[in-house]
Amino acid sequence: MTNPATEYAVGQRVGDARLDGRMVVDPDSGTDLLEVAMGPHHPSTHGVFRMDVALDGERITRLKPVFGYLHRNHEKLGEGHTYLASMPYTDRLDYICSLTNNWAYALAVEKLAGQEVPERAEYLRVIVGELTRVQNHALSVGFLIQDMGASGTPLMYAFREREKILDLFEALTGSRMMCNYMRFGGCRVDATSEWLDEVRKVVAGLPQFADEFEQLLCTNEILMARTQGVGVLRPEVAVSAGVTGPALRASGVIYDIRKVDRYSIYDRFKFKVPLGEHGDVYDRFMIRLLELRESIKILEQALKEIPGGPVMDPKAKIRNFRPKAGEAYGRIEAPKGELGFYLISDGGPNPYRYRVRPPSFVNLTILEDMCLGHNVADVVLILGSVDIVLGEVDR
Amino acid sequence: MLGEGILKGLAETAKNFAGSYVSKERLTTVQYPEERIAPIEATRDFPFLVYDGEDWQAGLRCVACQICEKECPPKCIYIEKSKDKKPDYVGKPQIYPARFDIDISVCMSCQICVEVCPFEAIKMDTVFELATEDRFGGLLLDRSKLAKSNEYYHTIHPTEAAEVDARLAEEKAKVEAKARAAAEAAAAKAAAAPAAAAGAPAKTEPPAVKPAGGAE
Repeated sequence: MTNPATEYAVGQRVGDARLDGRMVVDPDSGTDLLEVAMGPHHPSTHGVFRMDVALDGERITRLKPVFGYLHRNHEKLGEGHTYLASMPYTDRLDYICSLTNNWAYALAVEKLAGQEVPERAEYLRVIVGELTRVQNHALSVGFLIQDMGASGTPLMYAFREREKILDLFEALTGSRMMCNYMRFGGCRVDATSEWLDEVRKVVAGLPQFADEFEQLLCTNEILMARTQGVGVLRPEVAVSAGVTGPALRASGVIYDIRKVDRYSIYDRFKFKVPLGEHGDVYDRFMIRLLELRESIKILEQALKEIPGGPVMDPKAKIRNFRPKAGEAYGRIEAPKGELGFYLISDGGPNPYRYRVRPPSFVNLTILEDMCLGHNVADVVLILGSVDIVLGEVDR
Repeated sequence: MLGEGILKGLAETAKNFAGSYVSKERLTTVQYPEERIAPIEATRDFPFLVYDGEDWQAGLRCVACQICEKECPPKCIYIEKSKDKKPDYVGKPQIYPARFDIDISVCMSCQICVEVCPFEAIKMDTVFELATEDRFGGLLLDRSKLAKSNEYYHTIHPTEAAEVDARLAEEKAKVEAKARAAAEAAAAKAAAAPAAAAGAPAKTEPPAVKPAGGAE
């Protein structure tokens, strides 16, 4: 472990500084520490993200996450735009799961304006939300394995499945990734019965994909050797840091907003919340595969029960939408954790304050706790297992 | 046994490899420029302006109300109103856009302009091969490039276009019925007051009515 006193100020240069690093003397151990900037352009960082690491040989003694490279002023822009105009921007937060971002924002505005959502729209939201979770988890596992060095095969299997889901999104919303589908008081367009049949077909094929994926990976000795006991996140650290989502549940803390908050219509579905035991990378990897299976269960139930009717609250306004003054916090269990939108309205056409609580950003703050003492190669895995999207971290 | 998990995984890969020769399910890629997958009907990318009839300038549905310009989140639309007026699809004289530019390098394809348009004038296109050497001029589309016929709209989004046409026809019928009722009332009034009839005949005929679209 590094003594905090040996930060930049105390560290002295030894010899020539390397291109991307410099030597710092650690007075405790007497060995030379090498400071390396991992990123911002590093394939393992899943975007533009930098980790300033201090290395003792191969061992990490200090890690400082540096982000903000993808900052786009999302929250301030939201204050300058009308409520509706912010909706397409939320697609670009966590661009893998645009539909759950839409959902969280719509939920916050509906709370603010006191709007009701028709039954069918709620079901459609659950269906697209769970499809989003399936494709996100498949993809994040695929990328984790890719980070491990299995370049291609598992990721391509995940992509093959994701492609089917993205085609469904395109047929419903018009866009594969930037769906911009939900509106305050419902959904933009209704799903046709052909679309629902198409979803049923894809969902029927998902368990086979899950089997295949588990067969391919779960008992792989190399994977187990690389991930078990690596990057342990203790539950008390996770809770005090505010970590949510699969990363928290992998540490054995049962907290799923679908169960805790029971927003939308999640109280109607039977599903379990998988829990990890060790909180290591392997648990975080497995928890996603298990959650994927639970999502399939929810999808099957929702597709069976979906009622007819309108998908938009008839009183909902597209233009000149002015919710009464007040504040609201809408949160959902996004695939990466708790995604919340906090809005303050002063009665005008745009929010007075617009704040996003992104799960990736909060989950990233405990990266150093997980990485200390591990090798450089493990940092890549640990970061991959947290499952971040930089669009959401930097906003 | 050590290595069992790896062997299991390899068996899975082998199954997929061999399967890709027989099953279409396992071979999902296409060789893009030569091979293309069928487009999905709901697809959207950039907006275009719909016009009725043959002449795009006369048939443009847009009345330059500038709602889309105001609602566009990234503000990529620029509209200048005309000084004169031209008849719209029901025959009512309306101003039209003297200039209508969309910078598609800024546009984020969110479709909000389509949602807020009360005149069914702006719709989403499906073209995607828009690479150009001219980074600024080539991606700034003006009226003449944006105007596309209703027939084209029907070819890319048939279901949606049919709904729009039905809506427009209904509106047109309503306007015509109203005009007819007004004309009849005026005629009755004129008959009741024959002394004034010589002076000014009530205006009965609305201006030339344009066809609503290609679906009918």
